[in-house]
Amino acid sequence: MQVNGYKPLIVAFCCNWCSYAGADLAGNNRLNYPADVKIIRVPCSCRVNPMFILRAFQRGADGVIICGCHPGDCHYTSGNYYTRRRMALLFSMLDYLGIEKERTRVEWVSAAEGAKFAATMNDFVETVAALGENKRLEDLRCKK
Amino acid sequence: MQRIGVFVCHCGTNIAGTVDVKAVAEALKTEPGVVFSTDYQYMCSQAGQDIIKNAIAEHKLTGIVVCSCSPRMHETTFRKTAAAAGLNPYMVEIANIREQCSWVHKEMEVGTEKAIILGKAAVAKVNLNTPLIPGESPVTKRALVIGGGIAGIQTALDIADAGFPVDIVETKPTIGGKMAQLDKTFPTLDCAACILTPKMVDVAQNEKIRIFSYSEVTEVKGFVGSFDVTIKRRARYVKEDVCTGCGLCTEKCPQKKVPNEFNLGMDNRRAIYIPFAQAVPKVATIDPNYCTMLKTGKCGVCSKVCTVGAIDYKAQDEYVQEKYGAIVVATGFNPISMEKFDEYAYAQSKDVITSLEFERLTNAAGPTQGKLLRPSDGEHPHTIVFVQCVGSRCESCAEKGKEYCSKICCMYTAKHAMLTRDKYPDTDVYVFYIDVRTPGKNFDEFYRRAVEEYGVHYIKGMVGKVSPEGKKLKVQASDLIAGKQLHIDADLVVLAAAIEPDKSARPLATMLTASMDTNDFFTEAHPKLRPVESPTAGVFLSGACQGPKDIPETVSQAGAAASKVIGLLCKDKLTGNPCVAHSNEWMCNGCSTCEKVCPYGAITYIDKEFRMPDRTTKVRRVASVNEAVCQGCGACTVACMSGAMDLKGFLNKQIMAEVDAICK
Amino acid sequence: MQEIKREILTAKAAELLENGTVTRVLGWKRGEFDYDVTPAVFESAAELEEGFVWNDFCGANFSKYLIKETAKGEGKVLVFLKPCDTYSFNQLLTEHRFDREKVYAVGVPCAGMLDISRIKESAEGVLAVRTEGDQVLVDTLYDGTLTLDRAELLPDRCKHCKSKKHVAYDELLGEEGEVLDSHRFDEVEALEKMTPDERFAFWQNELSRCIRCNACRDVCPACTCEKCVFDNPESGVENKAAATSFEEKMFHIIRAFHVVGRCTDCGECSRVCPQHIPLHLLNRKFIKDIDNFYGEYQAGAEVGSRAPIVNYTEGDLEPGEAVKRGETHA
Repeated sequence: MQVNGYKPLIVAFCCNWCSYAGADLAGNNRLNYPADVKIIRVPCSCRVNPMFILRAFQRGADGVIICGCHPGDCHYTSGNYYTRRRMALLFSMLDYLGIEKERTRVEWVSAAEGAKFAATMNDFVETVAALGENKRLEDLRCKK
Repeated sequence: MQRIGVFVCHCGTNIAGTVDVKAVAEALKTEPGVVFSTDYQYMCSQAGQDIIKNAIAEHKLTGIVVCSCSPRMHETTFRKTAAAAGLNPYMVEIANIREQCSWVHKEMEVGTEKAIILGKAAVAKVNLNTPLIPGESPVTKRALVIGGGIAGIQTALDIADAGFPVDIVETKPTIGGKMAQLDKTFPTLDCAACILTPKMVDVAQNEKIRIFSYSEVTEVKGFVGSFDVTIKRRARYVKEDVCTGCGLCTEKCPQKKVPNEFNLGMDNRRAIYIPFAQAVPKVATIDPNYCTMLKTGKCGVCSKVCTVGAIDYKAQDEYVQEKYGAIVVATGFNPISMEKFDEYAYAQSKDVITSLEFERLTNAAGPTQGKLLRPSDGEHPHTIVFVQCVGSRCESCAEKGKEYCSKICCMYTAKHAMLTRDKYPDTDVYVFYIDVRTPGKNFDEFYRRAVEEYGVHYIKGMVGKVSPEGKKLKVQASDLIAGKQLHIDADLVVLAAAIEPDKSARPLATMLTASMDTNDFFTEAHPKLRPVESPTAGVFLSGACQGPKDIPETVSQAGAAASKVIGLLCKDKLTGNPCVAHSNEWMCNGCSTCEKVCPYGAITYIDKEFRMPDRTTKVRRVASVNEAVCQGCGACTVACMSGAMDLKGFLNKQIMAEVDAICK
Repeated sequence: MQEIKREILTAKAAELLENGTVTRVLGWKRGEFDYDVTPAVFESAAELEEGFVWNDFCGANFSKYLIKETAKGEGKVLVFLKPCDTYSFNQLLTEHRFDREKVYAVGVPCAGMLDISRIKESAEGVLAVRTEGDQVLVDTLYDGTLTLDRAELLPDRCKHCKSKKHVAYDELLGEEGEVLDSHRFDEVEALEKMTPDERFAFWQNELSRCIRCNACRDVCPACTCEKCVFDNPESGVENKAAATSFEEKMFHIIRAFHVVGRCTDCGECSRVCPQHIPLHLLNRKFIKDIDNFYGEYQAGAEVGSRAPIVNYTEGDLEPGEAVKRGETHA
């Protein structure tokens, strides 16, 4: 997706059991979403350390989305519950620092929700693209 | 530095149609560590795998990246390929350029660009991979079956048949479960007792099987292969090994007014009782809620009449500790309470009964010796109304019913209707239904016989209200096909109550860390492909604890669970998943934070001696991960602020490298 | 001046050294100036007599020092704890960071410590400072003795003191205080009410002054890692010097996140910051959010409590909702 010649860079962390499978299903069903989304597979959304998110922003990502199993459906029973608390606090802190809150998102996508995965990514890319480039968290040294 | 080989798959045109695979292979050639890069039509084919194997040998590769379909599809395949070529299987990373690239993007340019980035991320990760070796843990060759109904019985028999010892834990004084209460079974109409009781006897006589009846599981520790289980053996005040089951005490006990739960309270038993004639173990049990001796210290009749001295009023609950390699949950079901269904007047009239009560009323060993008599006055009912789906498929009545279909009611109601018409042809039988669901071998034929041969009146529509008036039950119902209201004066109304998991299932699931759905049915590891396994390793599911099931289905699932258990117990050692958490003891603070978020209790703390740089020793508290228990979720890695806790296969630095590669 | 006199503390310390209860005393000693007080270990009555200081600048929270001091060998360490220090003390016990058996904790009441930088705003060439009631008398090199309003000279953490109550001690000197209604979240709320651009500008201004000296981390009683991620080349976030404006943000967000649910709001980070960055406002934001999202939780109020960040309920707030709630200041 391009807005005024600018293409956002989106890092998506997907849990292996639900959301990564949901992304695969979106593929199986040929549901399009922008190529700006790059997926990193993690065993569970609770593996996502806030440091990874900040690192992505530092390196120039414009949006970071974390996808996990729906609460109650975690393959590891409780991982996504921790994700939910950690990210609620982290996102609130980023907002407090004046970082656009639309750049971060947590979404629960099950292995059966290929359509939801594609729709979520379309929506997220559109939202982030509208915000423009991430300047507030970017480390200029990392820019080519 | 790694020597990495990159293998880009065309997947026919699946990938090559939208991704310039040659360009991807070319672009990745210059990535750090990459010494070889190629593309091929079908990497997963034998020829494709040979390309990988040859390249590993020829280029002395230490890691490989396969740009192909989802790792969920072929990660295992390529890991095996690598292993066959002498490379550690965990040195393989997959870049998913099919499901997450070629299939979702349309333009070649876009797809190719993204595929290269995904490939770079995988290369960046492999650069930091280290060979992983799965841990091994021993297997205790004994199984525990929780629940002694037909599911538990069949599972236990099958496991014992394969030569492994099995313990059955049953909360009731006897095994047999719900099936023991049934009269006849659909669709063949053979009597439940005739086919069940021989199996119960087999269990009792099988040297490999121990029965802990009147017992419950109170604690489960450990993990697949070695569970430590505490079983509470409730005091039955009768020495199980001494009692001969002669039943004299149950005839002489002066406390005669105890509702008989085996007959669902429709008659009475004594305070000391044997639930039914074929009970296994056939020993008496004293009900402490009703026994005069236990309550007041005055009586002792049973002790006096017992010729073998089996009565022990001073008995205490006992706790047994046992180790098991596998646990099978077979906790079964119960009909839901009808108390809240005021419209059917269940609480108001004795002649409104549940189907399970109907089973007892028609059972030769039941309260009426098998004569179908009204509970209120003992008269023969001439008009019987069966109401199906009471509390099942009930989206609007979540507070008293269930949203799901209870599955067995259509068939047993057909059975009840048919048997009634068979024995008492002068009886009018009505069945009210939403749908009649009869998928199953010979099921539909059975139902049609009820309608066509036995003249049961099947009416599509629900009963709106049942009101007791005098000796009659006024039934108001709608006939949806005829489009009219019906008023029937019934003598007996039978409610096909929805079934729900036994109440013991929820606390048990917590003990086992096994997951459940919102209805408290145990969840399977995969709804289609692993239907008898719980997601928790070493825990298996048998019978209605997993979802409503009839007897044939329960028995086949019980057998399937047994075969899974046998497959597990056959192994001398279990090979674990090597992608587990690992704590760097030098960095660990011993703060106990990681332990709190571990869903498996895999983390413990030990005091460890450290040799410090200045040659002193220091004892520090550090985390220790039980690799056999850890499932590799990574919750601990984020809880750990020092970064001492990391996850093999998904190291902090590996994920960061992927982030960097993507954001470059 | 503080309620308890220096002599009472030195007498108590000497007594405990004398009767063998403790072998070492964690206390304060004078630095270059009166107001420049630094932690020290005393091993005899003579040392105490000579160097022990107890004045309006004894702000240092000794809890963290116990980790190293108790590990040094046999014998107990006497530690003087102000009310706010006792929360950190408990939190460290929750995290098994030192052996309670090796500590003899004496609670000391606190009337609030003074912030020398605030004094210096009104007085040049400070020689000596002493409290008299609500007033502070400052002897200066150039202007003689100045009289200042004590309340104006308190650092933020003392102005919004959360508790005069000691939550842990073996022995308490003076009266037991109470947990206070401190309005400590007022400043956080003021920030929340700004627009995102204003907030960004605020933090950009504050954090850009950071020189990455690590004083906040080094003093923080929650930052006790054997190996800090910022010193660990393997962690991927290690960086000694602030190279760009983002670097400090990353450092401070990660640091604040690492102490979520563990920060007792003792305010040491802001006290020691040479650039006067209000770092406590980051930690307080997390504390406020935790209270708001998951119910009130005070780290260190009791030993062994489970912090909300390592806990959950099935009906927890979604992260998107959490940010929205921040907007409405609910």
